[in-house]
Amino acid sequence: MAQKQVTGRRLIIIGGSSGSLEALMVILPALRKDFTIPVLIVLHRSISADNGLRDLIASRTSLQVKEADEKEILLAGWIYLAPPDFHVLLEEDGTASLDVSEKIHYSRPSIDVSFTSAAPVYRQHLTAVLLSGANSDGAAAMRVVKEYGGNNVVQDPAEAMVSYMPEQAILLAGVKTVLPANQIAVLLNRL
Amino acid sequence: MIESDDLEKLLENMVQWYGYDFTGYARASLKRRVDSFYSKGKHTSLAEMQNRLSNDPAYFMHFVEEITVNVTEMFRDAGFYKTLREQIIPVLATYPFIRIWHAGCSTGEEVYSMAILLKEAGLLHKSILYATDLNQGVLAKAKSGIFPGAAMQQYSENYIRSGGTADFSSYYTANYNNAKFDAELSAKMIFSSHNLAADASFNEFQLILCRNVLIYFDNVLQGRVLQLFDKSLDSLGFLALGSKESLRFSGIASHYKQLDNKEKIWRKNR
Repeated sequence: MAQKQVTGRRLIIIGGSSGSLEALMVILPALRKDFTIPVLIVLHRSISADNGLRDLIASRTSLQVKEADEKEILLAGWIYLAPPDFHVLLEEDGTASLDVSEKIHYSRPSIDVSFTSAAPVYRQHLTAVLLSGANSDGAAAMRVVKEYGGNNVVQDPAEAMVSYMPEQAILLAGVKTVLPANQIAVLLNRL
Repeated sequence: MIESDDLEKLLENMVQWYGYDFTGYARASLKRRVDSFYSKGKHTSLAEMQNRLSNDPAYFMHFVEEITVNVTEMFRDAGFYKTLREQIIPVLATYPFIRIWHAGCSTGEEVYSMAILLKEAGLLHKSILYATDLNQGVLAKAKSGIFPGAAMQQYSENYIRSGGTADFSSYYTANYNNAKFDAELSAKMIFSSHNLAADASFNEFQLILCRNVLIYFDNVLQGRVLQLFDKSLDSLGFLALGSKESLRFSGIASHYKQLDNKEKIWRKNR
């Protein structure tokens, strides 16, 4: 079964809200061409936004980019975007699930939902990254990621266009790895 | 958070206690909702929660309602409703009598949206809308036709984007914080409990809508439910799913053709 082959896999989830696109445009183009960890991006964005974000990211990276589909196996070499108006959760067989349950922190997709869902599945193989934003979504869930042995990284609030989201993660989850966007890319490339 | 082994035991117990089978549900979402129920209920232990669930049927029904997702809205996905209005309703109009099934209707917002489309096309008088859900609680809300007033602005915008030209507020009476939809719309609705994971086909329809329900099921249960829809659909009938759902995993895909505009509506072959 193809699904069995992905056990022991790794995952990176990058969350962000306002001001995070600028940081992503530093991080994603800097990822190695042969990057072997699937990346899930959970951004707060308006429901009416169409494929503009996918196309924008695809134009700046050598990795392949698509919106995550339900029951899709997350594969190396791909960057997946949480679709607007859906939470993305992670199943133990390495697939993504979509969910239209209540908004969390006024957001669907919610970063908290993806981090919390991925933490017990990927454990020490999960790296959770939180970027600029004016909302605390994702901050509390970084503690859950840590409890399950995963890695936490936040964008340096001094660099973030909106410092509140990374500041909350440092405050609520005691995140120790605080880096500017270009250094986050260096760290991800070394995973 | 509940460990996956404990979740599996709980799911087996639910079948034993009450015959409610959630073993075909995708686990990540289910686990999240069980975790949320556990912490909101201030349970002292998982054993204590299970004990109460096994001994208190009313509490169990509340649990079922909480672990299933009941978020919905009127005219959700305006492009989808525009397609219903412009391409599907004119076909339905050719039938002497129109039977529609909303499977997993939750609190009914989409059923009322359909009734509005039918009324505007002059077809409501010859239509019946069957609306089913697993949860009695949400069916009671659906039947009441009372929805939060705060949502009406969004629903009105959805309605207009779906091609609606009437004054949306003419369909309801605002009262305190609620909007009560006209009894004329609900007069043609039949609400009934039906469990897609266990129950059989009960009629034949020209249109079945099941939106954002299959995403909570695993591949096997998705396949089973799509077979059930296939059995329940007239030839040349329409099957409408949610924006991220498809006929994969079902074996019925070859008998269906998706609309050219790629909205999630499929027509059954003759």
